[in-house]
Amino acid sequence: MTADAGPAAAPPSLAREVARARRRRRQGFLKRLFGHPSFLIGFMILAAFTMTALLAEWLAPYGPTRINYRAILAPPSAEHWLGTDGFGRDILSRVIHGTQVSLRIGIYVVVLTGIMGTVLGTLASYVRWLDALIMRGLDGLMAFPGVLLAIALAAALGPSETNAMIALTVAFTPRTARVVRASVLVVQEMQYIEAARAVGAGHGRIVFRYILANALSPLIVQLTFVFAVSIIAEAILSFLGVGPPPPAPSLGNIIADGRSYVQEAWWIAVFPGIVIAVAVLGLNLMGDGLRDVLDPRQRLGRDGH
Amino acid sequence: MIGFLSRRLLSAIPVLFVVSLVTFLILWLVPGDITAEIAGPDATAEDLAAIRARLGLDRPLWERALAWYADLFRGDLGYSYLLNRPVSEAVLERLPVTLSLAGLALVMATAMGMLLGILAAVRHNTLVDQGAMVTALIGLSIPDFWFGIVMIILFGVWLGWFPTGGFVPLAEDPVGWARSMALPAITLALTQMGVIARMTRSAMLDVLGQDYIRTARAKGMKRSTVVFRHGLRNAMIPIVTVVGVITGVLLSGAVVIETVFSLPGVGRLIIGAIQRRDFPIIQGGLLITACVFVFVNILVDMLYAWFDPRVRNDR
Repeated sequence: MTADAGPAAAPPSLAREVARARRRRRQGFLKRLFGHPSFLIGFMILAAFTMTALLAEWLAPYGPTRINYRAILAPPSAEHWLGTDGFGRDILSRVIHGTQVSLRIGIYVVVLTGIMGTVLGTLASYVRWLDALIMRGLDGLMAFPGVLLAIALAAALGPSETNAMIALTVAFTPRTARVVRASVLVVQEMQYIEAARAVGAGHGRIVFRYILANALSPLIVQLTFVFAVSIIAEAILSFLGVGPPPPAPSLGNIIADGRSYVQEAWWIAVFPGIVIAVAVLGLNLMGDGLRDVLDPRQRLGRDGH
Repeated sequence: MIGFLSRRLLSAIPVLFVVSLVTFLILWLVPGDITAEIAGPDATAEDLAAIRARLGLDRPLWERALAWYADLFRGDLGYSYLLNRPVSEAVLERLPVTLSLAGLALVMATAMGMLLGILAAVRHNTLVDQGAMVTALIGLSIPDFWFGIVMIILFGVWLGWFPTGGFVPLAEDPVGWARSMALPAITLALTQMGVIARMTRSAMLDVLGQDYIRTARAKGMKRSTVVFRHGLRNAMIPIVTVVGVITGVLLSGAVVIETVFSLPGVGRLIIGAIQRRDFPIIQGGLLITACVFVFVNILVDMLYAWFDPRVRNDR
């Protein structure tokens, strides 16, 4: 592929100029991103959430599964800031440890959905004869309302963290693939793609270097929303008993514990939900900011999940 | 219009095919021998053999798939040995509760969301706009099942205004029915209203910036006429789209909310079936809910065609 040698064969001074221009553009982009109030607030919330999950061992005042029969259903106090549950376990410690599950599931689902969505979406738009086949399959998966498919899949596979990730990935991939397909369809008709093909670039180089590199923005925005929805969906799966199993805490199964104690101990269910809502709010703010900066044309309401 | 409708109905066939195929494959995902789980704890050896023969677990996958489709065409969704009744009967009996819950929530969410969105668009870049958008964003960040529990604690346990759960059939006692449906419907509506509000606002802002709006205002028409007659009607297409998407979210939301509020709908049936590992019910519930959603999407497309004649003729 002689064309590939093109930019590299340019005089070294020009290559340096190009690199400097790229760096400047990247800095300008980051400046605009962090100058966007929604993104900045969202980013700080997500950073705090991530730090809580990473430092859970040190932040939690008690062990998350430590049973204390002398403090059963204790209301919030100086010893137990968020109270205790039916086994006398400290809610604050369980919530802090529960953020780890949410973060892990969120990250895995985002990465897996991103990969699956990119592969399927690109194949559908770049390989003509695969388009109808892939899109009809995805339409079928999208016909299952919301997280219902994930609930059924997780129920069939059995309750575990890995199965929850698989179920959520299957549920969220179709919409993501559609987003990728739509943006690849636009980019692949651009003149510079034709130019790349004319100078003899191979399919691999065209797809990865030129098409995907220019079609990524909507995917990134979509994935922040997938992250947000995954955190809620993990909680739903755990709440219904098909998520990561107890006694290890997840934000969802703490709420499920609390459902049986609404009469006498409101604090069990209320606090983990607030943490979920704040984390999801942060991700939604980040997504809004990213969309404004990356893709100003698409300032619409968030798609459902 | 009839041509449009029939094209739309035809395009639902491959979707329904994939839906039923995925539903069928869910049984195949279950690890280990599921005969014992489907049969329940007090099944005899003959029962087990009968179930194995009926589900064809000893036959290859493609033969079982053919049998599944043959049954589907006869309207047979399988048999729940744990409930001791046909799946279709058990699911269809529960469907009205789920549909009325989702329907109520849809009406509330659409009304409140559009109101909020229009208000934000008309008062663009003011405190009203920002307040409405922050409310919308918070609404769509809150997990609905958790919000349901908070509503129970607040209005059920502390204030005692509404029952903390349970269901009264509409035919028996309309007031009791309304009281038992109020909290779950409001819960679902409040968490979905934000999506509609955001879409309404951006669609209205697009339309209100058009020349014909300025013309209408310039010739002295009343502001409200311009906003609703000229503005809203032309902003309806994107709003109808999100309302369609929301319906799917509300259907699955209803499934979870029913469990929170102990309402006897399809959702509670499915969740109960998950706990008992009653797979025929899980499959049947999933399939019927998905079919309802496919049907709703066709309705949404019909609405498009009604709001925008171009849609009718173009496709």
